[in-house]
Amino acid sequence: MASSGSGYDLSSSTFSPDGRIFQVEYANKAVENAGTCIGIQCTDGVVMGVTKPLLHKMLLANSGKRIHTVSDTCGIAMTGFVPDGRQVINRGRDEATSYKETYGQSISPQVLSDRCATFVHYFTLHGSLRPFGATVVIGGYNAETKKHSLHMVEPNGVAFQYYACAAGKGRQPAKTELEKLELHKTPVTCEEAVKQIVRIIHMLHDANKDKPFELELSWICEATQWKHAGVPQATQKAAVEWAKEQLEEEEEDESDDDDDEDEMEE
Amino acid sequence: MSRVERYMNNQSHMEGAESRGLKPGEVSTGTTIMAVPFDGGVVLGADSRVSTGTYIANRVSDKIAQLSEHIFCCRSGSAADTQALTDYVKHYLSQLAIETGRQPTVKTAAHIMKRLCYENKDNLMAGVIIAGWDEVEGGSVYNIPLGGSCIKMPFAIGGSGSTYIYGLVDSSFQEGLDEGAVRDLVKKSVAHAMARDGSSGGIIRTVTVKPDGNTRDYTSGNNLPYGPAGW
Repeated sequence: MASSGSGYDLSSSTFSPDGRIFQVEYANKAVENAGTCIGIQCTDGVVMGVTKPLLHKMLLANSGKRIHTVSDTCGIAMTGFVPDGRQVINRGRDEATSYKETYGQSISPQVLSDRCATFVHYFTLHGSLRPFGATVVIGGYNAETKKHSLHMVEPNGVAFQYYACAAGKGRQPAKTELEKLELHKTPVTCEEAVKQIVRIIHMLHDANKDKPFELELSWICEATQWKHAGVPQATQKAAVEWAKEQLEEEEEDESDDDDDEDEMEE
Repeated sequence: MSRVERYMNNQSHMEGAESRGLKPGEVSTGTTIMAVPFDGGVVLGADSRVSTGTYIANRVSDKIAQLSEHIFCCRSGSAADTQALTDYVKHYLSQLAIETGRQPTVKTAAHIMKRLCYENKDNLMAGVIIAGWDEVEGGSVYNIPLGGSCIKMPFAIGGSGSTYIYGLVDSSFQEGLDEGAVRDLVKKSVAHAMARDGSSGGIIRTVTVKPDGNTRDYTSGNNLPYGPAGW
């Protein structure tokens, strides 16, 4: 697991001979160890979800939030080092208020993600600073173009717009599941996206190995008048029930297949 | 000294609107400016007289400045102040267009101008009208008088000459006029103001802003819709 940085990994102001900045790659590792974060752009809005492991029984489940509202039309979800993510989100809030003060308009998610990306990137250039060990997912609505969009900023400062994105521990299987949904060709509604996110998260969770978790979900859609809001408890509950049914059905199908396979081999 | 003390000590608020606040030798665009929207654009109009006291420094000046492709600004008050403000707003708008990848809106231009006028109100004498066309609202007009307030209006008039034409414009304006009727209204109103206000005169400059292009035009002093010859 330990890759040899051979002395080129001591500072983020140093390139390695093969053109890598090790500190930034190590920052990505911090994100890979943390809870899964999924975002989906839908026909009528954007949905984001982050899992939070409940480390102690004495923790109040609703505290230590990982999704925050940055302006009335934009929300940011984070995974990785939570305090690092909070710094980026605070900067996002500053950018949003200063944009509103200067230009009289709500910041668009495109400009917000550019500003956050520039901020995150800045910390990969200086010897005295370390990169942020957090990836942020930005979902928002542009009041001028009347379009909603989903963006993700990684610890190296790269930002893209996505039909759907995933980060954190379960990002690989999550990306596979999202690709199966073919969201770039057939986008779904927000209600449907909530169900899918819940299903994917529950699918990735191993009850024996992983700690119990809480799933934070938020959306910004027509139903909320394009304001960033938490997904209502009732909708979340219904999605969890649906997801559990789906996963049980899939297990039954799999065990049926297994029986068939056994019969084939003689 | 507080603002109130300065106001009480300085008697120049008793004098004419334009001479108050001007430093010696500073030129004033004692003016008539106007902007009226129509469906699909907006018409801006202004006179062309720039005066220092009784001397007319420029009789054919251009008081309609371009802030971005489809947003313009009518200037009144201190020429230096309004030119500086226009330059700032042009700069901010061009930066914003690069960052967002889209043309800025009239609302944004007006907001930026408003902030500059309000936060520097002690050092400025500038009354501007921001007018233009954007994709979101179509043609719109924002009036930003001396104190730095910013109000969206169905039409706006400003400058020293505007006081003489409030009645005329109020009775002539109606919603839903077409481009030609709006341009005629602007020219007629500015001409009447120029006839009565000593600080307004020269030619009438008009700019018609539409999404497919802007048209600059002027009406020369001997072709005014109303003037001394028409008495």
